[in-house]
Amino acid sequence: MNQPTLNMPSLSSGFLSVVRRDVLLAWKRPGDVLNPLFFFAMVSTLFPLAVGPSSEELAFSGPGVVWVAALLAALLSLNSLFMSDFEDGSLDQLILSPQPLPMTALAKALAHWLITGLPLVLVSPLVAITFQMPAQTISVMMVTLTFGTVSLSLLGSIGAALTVGLHRGTALLSLLILPLAMPILIFGARTVSLAAADDAVSAGVYFLAAYCMLTLTLAPFATAAALRISNE
Amino acid sequence: MWTFFHKLASPPHFYDLAAKFIPWFGVIGAACVAYGAIAGLFYAPADYQQGDAFRIIYVHVPSAYLSMMAYMIMAVSAAIGLIWRIKLSHAVAAAAAPLGAWFTFLALMTGSIWGRPMWGTWWEWGDPRLTSELLMLFLYFGYMALRAAIDDTTKADKASAVLALVGAVNIPIIHFSVEWWSSLHQGATLVREGGPAIETGMLYPLLAMIFGFTFIFGALLLGRVRTEVLFRERRANWVRKLVLPEGDHA
Repeated sequence: MNQPTLNMPSLSSGFLSVVRRDVLLAWKRPGDVLNPLFFFAMVSTLFPLAVGPSSEELAFSGPGVVWVAALLAALLSLNSLFMSDFEDGSLDQLILSPQPLPMTALAKALAHWLITGLPLVLVSPLVAITFQMPAQTISVMMVTLTFGTVSLSLLGSIGAALTVGLHRGTALLSLLILPLAMPILIFGARTVSLAAADDAVSAGVYFLAAYCMLTLTLAPFATAAALRISNE
Repeated sequence: MWTFFHKLASPPHFYDLAAKFIPWFGVIGAACVAYGAIAGLFYAPADYQQGDAFRIIYVHVPSAYLSMMAYMIMAVSAAIGLIWRIKLSHAVAAAAAPLGAWFTFLALMTGSIWGRPMWGTWWEWGDPRLTSELLMLFLYFGYMALRAAIDDTTKADKASAVLALVGAVNIPIIHFSVEWWSSLHQGATLVREGGPAIETGMLYPLLAMIFGFTFIFGALLLGRVRTEVLFRERRANWVRKLVLPEGDHA
């Protein structure tokens, strides 16, 4: 056997290095992390100003507002998921690398969630308090938001991969992803509303967890296929 | 049998074959719709609850069914195009999308007009099927927008095929989630245990309309695929021979 032995990194170290690289890149440009958070806070501020300051109304619309704002903030940041990699050519290298592309896609989506989804989940109690949401609602909201933002990062990575390198990508991305993201919004917002009304929440939480598992297992393959198509 | 499929996938062969099918589909569709419309609008008994207003069912149900049928056709041919790299099936997917969007729009319009006398509103957010039909329309819009945004046809075909498949996986989930959300719509009428809950005088015209709409959809789809094929193969020899007058092509 005189095949050249490549010094290949293992699957897990390849995965982790993609995650580390993306998180590090975001760390060096804090705007990428902070902008979606500011956007989230501002959209949440828009609703009381538009609807009125009465606390019953706010408590009633709070879960929906938080979820819509989270969805929009996630969409806003998704456009840049593959953009800089596409522009500087490192996306080509990622595709050419011997690492399986679905794993790389999963790593990119996970990094995106760490950069945008996780901070959003951590900040959401602040918004919930200003909306007069009861305390027991906040934990349910954070759990549903966790599952929901993970699903959104994965689902959105498909759309981001399909639209990478296109002009007018952002509007198109929203058009592609929003109808698909509707189940997340419905179950997320309704479950938080049910929690606010002291109702059973397990069905909604289970659904979101199941949806999260579905996107975790299937979305990376669709993203990989889309990346190959967009970059050929 | 395989030769039949191989020949079917060849654009010039399909172009000729489709031309033979279109008039048949058109005539059968028109006859069924004519019977369904006359029998449904004039001879079917009025509903004991809804009176004559129920008659919009003869347009509403076929359109709603075709809106999903068209997505199925789109997703299946997109998958075939992606897996076996058959260009013709990408053309079918491209041609099916606008038709599906129109039938979805028609189903929404008629549903909304029907809702006005029945529920007292043009639009009822509490109705799961109206809402999921609207999301269906958005899925079509996304598909067509992605296709329109990519200049290269081969790339547009593949990218939109991935989107169509992702959408096909999601459609049942969207339906289920919207249903869980709330319900006001009447239950399923045709497909249910213990036979259809509708009188035969009302049923036969409805079935005729469904068949007729399907055949008309088939004729429209074949016509659209023909033009799509002609456009895609515009540099091919057989198209030149077809379009340019005799002796003009080198």
